[in-house]
Amino acid sequence: MRTLFDKIWDSRVVADLGDGWSLLYLDRVLIHDLSGGRAIREVLDAGHGVAEPAKVFAVPDHAVSSAPGRDANTFPTGARLLESLRETTARTGVRMFDLGQRGHGIVHVIAPELGIVLPGLTLACGDSHTCTNGAVGAIAFGIGASELGHALATQTLPQRKPRTMRIRFEGARPRGVTAKDMILHAIGVLGTAVGTGYAIEYAGSAVEELEVEERLTLCNLSIEMGARTGMVAPDEKTFAYLKGRDYAPADWEAAVTAWRRLPTDPGARFDAEHVIAMADIAPQVTWGTSPGQVAPITARVPAGDAAALEYMGLRAGDALAGTKVDWVFIGSCTNSRLSDLRDAAAVLGGRHVAPGVTAWVVPGSEMVKQAAEAEGLDALFRAAGFEWREPGCALCVAANGEAVPAGARCVSTSNRNFVGRQGTGARTHLASPAMAAAAALAGALVDVRDFASATPTRGVVGAH
Amino acid sequence: MDSFVTVTDIAVPFLRENVNTDVIIPIQRLVGTGREGLGPYAFERQRYLADGSDDPAFPLNRPEYKGSAILLAAGNFGCGSSREGAVWALMGMGVRCVIAPSFGDIFFANCFQNGLLPVRLPMEVVRRIAAQTEASPGNARTTVDLQRRVVVTPTGEEIPFDVDTRNREAMLHGLDDIALTRQHTGAIEAWRARDRVANPWAWTT
Repeated sequence: MRTLFDKIWDSRVVADLGDGWSLLYLDRVLIHDLSGGRAIREVLDAGHGVAEPAKVFAVPDHAVSSAPGRDANTFPTGARLLESLRETTARTGVRMFDLGQRGHGIVHVIAPELGIVLPGLTLACGDSHTCTNGAVGAIAFGIGASELGHALATQTLPQRKPRTMRIRFEGARPRGVTAKDMILHAIGVLGTAVGTGYAIEYAGSAVEELEVEERLTLCNLSIEMGARTGMVAPDEKTFAYLKGRDYAPADWEAAVTAWRRLPTDPGARFDAEHVIAMADIAPQVTWGTSPGQVAPITARVPAGDAAALEYMGLRAGDALAGTKVDWVFIGSCTNSRLSDLRDAAAVLGGRHVAPGVTAWVVPGSEMVKQAAEAEGLDALFRAAGFEWREPGCALCVAANGEAVPAGARCVSTSNRNFVGRQGTGARTHLASPAMAAAAALAGALVDVRDFASATPTRGVVGAH
Repeated sequence: MDSFVTVTDIAVPFLRENVNTDVIIPIQRLVGTGREGLGPYAFERQRYLADGSDDPAFPLNRPEYKGSAILLAAGNFGCGSSREGAVWALMGMGVRCVIAPSFGDIFFANCFQNGLLPVRLPMEVVRRIAAQTEASPGNARTTVDLQRRVVVTPTGEEIPFDVDTRNREAMLHGLDDIALTRQHTGAIEAWRARDRVANPWAWTT
């Protein structure tokens, strides 16, 4: 009786290195502009090659402008990184999805969308939100620059096997609750370090109900509870999602047959287990400078972290709802997929962004952007006063010359409300796409359940 | 990688929870720069006053702590982003060892890639070292001995710590992971040949 994690791990171990360490084979390595070009160059300079370029995929996302009509030179600092990525991938035969091409986008959005990540595989990338990819039933984890060099040079990594944790979400999804609210609630209840040293499997009736894109959101925030890896067992929804993707296996039936053996066996033991009742979850919003500083939108600002409240410009005891906002960012590897944009658009109801609010929608990828435009979402957002921008990490990490101004308050669908994350002095409130869209219209933090139009949408209605 | 055997210095108490790698090094400093020269930007957003001078309230700016090689930290130090620049920035300001009750997993792994030793000790022990340090400003020295796997506090108390054998060997001798893995080239080739047959769907890119 083995867990999903154990089955994949065991099948990808090349050698036992002793003392709990294994040499793990990496089925996929993803690189991006911030560290990819340099990583390849360092590997070449050290006299190594890229071991298996066919299993490495590159995309520029962190330091590229999201301005409409952007090109490589719109953000000149990033242009050097992009040029380095182009040059090193061309030299080594690594596939790159360049700006404007099919396949371009945020690295953790494109890997599932192109079928680069598949159930049963291992995947590493020099970015902590690589855990997103575990949503299709893979072991996916973030690494630093040195480990990335090792991964490129050998297509393996020495790793210590983490312990396993299962978090079960049980019960019917309450109205207005999205995958983002589920995972923010979990971090609030369990803490920002509960997953340190663990690989987390999300399970339970409510996770089974989630669509694959929602599971990607769920897994995305695993690192915010300390876990390098988050995953969901592959099922019929996973197979349907992956079928026909650009890099899906040619022998589809054989692949699905293998994938059906992956889910955790009944009775398999986890090193730790937590259960969360869906009935306890309401739409969430963070109030502080750590994702664990989160509360239902109906709550008041808690006391206890004076430094966080000072930075955020909030007073203990004030209602969260009604707090004025200046910016809204809908995007990032957490919440920039088609279903996220549909969720946000469904809140609009013909209304307009409040005066003084700057509201951005940054689709997660070129494919998301085109699909959204094909169904007219861009027109809905534009008509409501949102800027419709080009794919990339953008305001999630502010590495591309775009930033929320100091002192401005931003409702963001991203994953980190750290001090300075969205720009020096920027104040971030993490929330779901629907909550973010509602905040843009109201000009303040607002409970989406009070705000939603009668339009039945996935998140707000809470049933499929 | 730099080797690490033992370090003796005044330990800087910096006991904040959840210090993330965005705070240790802002991403803007990692766009278009290398591993070197990041020291001045470590904790950049907390360390300086608006005019660019040192903020005297920031612990690492105090004269007795400036340039110290040992940092005392609280839980979940180095959480968040995978940026290895956090390790480079700390080392750039002279830090060679961080003692904390827990670390972010990716930061922890990055430390061992660079010769920065992360030592896990219970919070009450970290607080005790901090108290002993503050009781004798400018004199209280702490030793971190990786060979013997002990921390010697300013009052001479010896506290053992755990470090796994592989990480310890690599640190003591400054070993190169890629060179070590090259010894398994045959095993990697054999594994690939087997997996190509057993799981062909994993290979059809």
